[in-house]
Amino acid sequence: MAQKIATRESYGNALAALGEKYDFVVLDADLAAATKTGIFKKKFPERFFDCGIAEGNMMTVAAGIATTGKPVFASTFAMFAAGRAFEQVRNSIAYPHLNVKIGATHAGITVGEDGATHQCLEDLGVMRTIPGMVVLNPADDVEARACVEWALNYVGPVYIRFGRLAVPVVFDEADYKFEFGKNLTVREGTDVTIMATGTMLYMAIEAAEKLAEEGISARVTNVHTIKPIDKEDVIEAAKTTGCIVTAEEHNIFGGLGSAVAEVVCENCPVPVLRVGVEDKFGKSGKVPALLEAYGLTTENIVAKAKAAIAAKK
Amino acid sequence: MDNAKLQMLKETAKNIRLGILEGVHAAASGHPGGSLSIADIMTYLYFSEMNVNPADPKNPDRDRLVLSKGHTAPALYAALAEKGFFSKDELKNLRQVGSFLQGHPDMKGTPGVDMTTGSLGLGVSAACGMALAAKIDGKDYRTYAILGDGESQEGQVWEAAMFAAHYKLDNLCFILDLNGLQIDGKITEVMNPTPHDKKFEGFGFNVILANAHDFESIEAAFAAARACKGKPSVIIANSVKGKGVSFMEDQVGWHGSAPNDEQYEQAVAEIKASL
Repeated sequence: MAQKIATRESYGNALAALGEKYDFVVLDADLAAATKTGIFKKKFPERFFDCGIAEGNMMTVAAGIATTGKPVFASTFAMFAAGRAFEQVRNSIAYPHLNVKIGATHAGITVGEDGATHQCLEDLGVMRTIPGMVVLNPADDVEARACVEWALNYVGPVYIRFGRLAVPVVFDEADYKFEFGKNLTVREGTDVTIMATGTMLYMAIEAAEKLAEEGISARVTNVHTIKPIDKEDVIEAAKTTGCIVTAEEHNIFGGLGSAVAEVVCENCPVPVLRVGVEDKFGKSGKVPALLEAYGLTTENIVAKAKAAIAAKK
Repeated sequence: MDNAKLQMLKETAKNIRLGILEGVHAAASGHPGGSLSIADIMTYLYFSEMNVNPADPKNPDRDRLVLSKGHTAPALYAALAEKGFFSKDELKNLRQVGSFLQGHPDMKGTPGVDMTTGSLGLGVSAACGMALAAKIDGKDYRTYAILGDGESQEGQVWEAAMFAAHYKLDNLCFILDLNGLQIDGKITEVMNPTPHDKKFEGFGFNVILANAHDFESIEAAFAAARACKGKPSVIIANSVKGKGVSFMEDQVGWHGSAPNDEQYEQAVAEIKASL
């Protein structure tokens, strides 16, 4: 079994490591212990500012700091970053294209026991509709830390989605290279392409292994950059494998599935089936039971892959 | 204040009022009432109080102004043009496609605009961020934010106020334009946000009362704000919406509507005759 690390932990560790080399500010809204910005706070207390439970103010304060030339990471749960503070992110950060990085943790249904009010399943969708916003969704510890470093060196607004739950480390640090806007082929295949993002990547890899046992060749790509979506790779996948399955811990509306379908429809129509939360709110529960209840499973990816192949002309 | 300075400020305020009217009339839309109520404050800020240089609008050590009540952009634009950040000829292009004078301030497009605003309640938070950045970097620039009295109904204003006091941002000065009117009527009837002085005191501010149309009073207020250490200041500026144009004064209908040609001519004549 691979080592498991939550990407929020990777976020905190990356900030603390980057703080040695770069001058930037970190803000949080009374969740430093949970978002793991507390790791940075402990090391660089003079560059950490708690904004209290006032996420809207935090986002616009971040924008104000960024106008002076200093990069800012503003952190809270995805629900409050993309939900509560949507308008501040849109009008104060994205419209003036300020250098603010939104570190949104506890995204998706794997928040678990806290339930629907805290399980944000819409963030990729709403953030993707904001002009000029970069949206990243790393799959594991290695990728998450790479995303944070890339975001710091990019000038402009970036939304980065992190999870609460420990997930398997998929990538080998020595070999991994983050290429902004470029899907990463994790496994080659010819019958179907499974495009997965974030926490669903390891399930997509498992699904491809199961499909291989049945003689089905599945390509797996990791979509860390939700916006701008890698059009070239999506078109390539549609052309070479003739069908696509997307997998995301997000509503099937608005996120990866929508982004892929938009590209496919306009360029090279082939069957696209989506694995995700099917337009429902989450609920409280243990994570494995929740994933099962909402169809975020290896088995569902396998079933959708077979259905997609069957739907090919 | 010596007489020469007072005359300069009055003359400048007159020009800024004319600039406001020119823009709003040319656009046939915009917000003259709340622009005219802050015309004197804006004049004092750009022509006495703030350290800004039109030749170097992005200087990192400059003082900053955030127009949190962004709909009164015509006042900001008229002041920036008067100061020389861009040509006064631009004012007639307000709100037109292709113009950098957007309906609400856009820091990316307009020389001298320090923050993009328009959605109420946001600008004050941005000003907090600028003031905090000065503290982090050990810089001595000051940050000002002008907010509306109606705007103070937005919860984020008080989130920002809490933040400013918590981080002891004594390099930050809010100016509350207390003209008493908002779109739907009197602020006290729509959703009473008063008493502002006690609220800001409770939030940990140094509260200063001023007459928004008396330069002696404005000067004393900004001096008191500068002198205060250890906490942020707010100047509660008693103003008249539509100040300077008889038929606009204290009339809620002039919050967001433009004068027609005849009204424009009368307004201009009144402003010109006012000195």
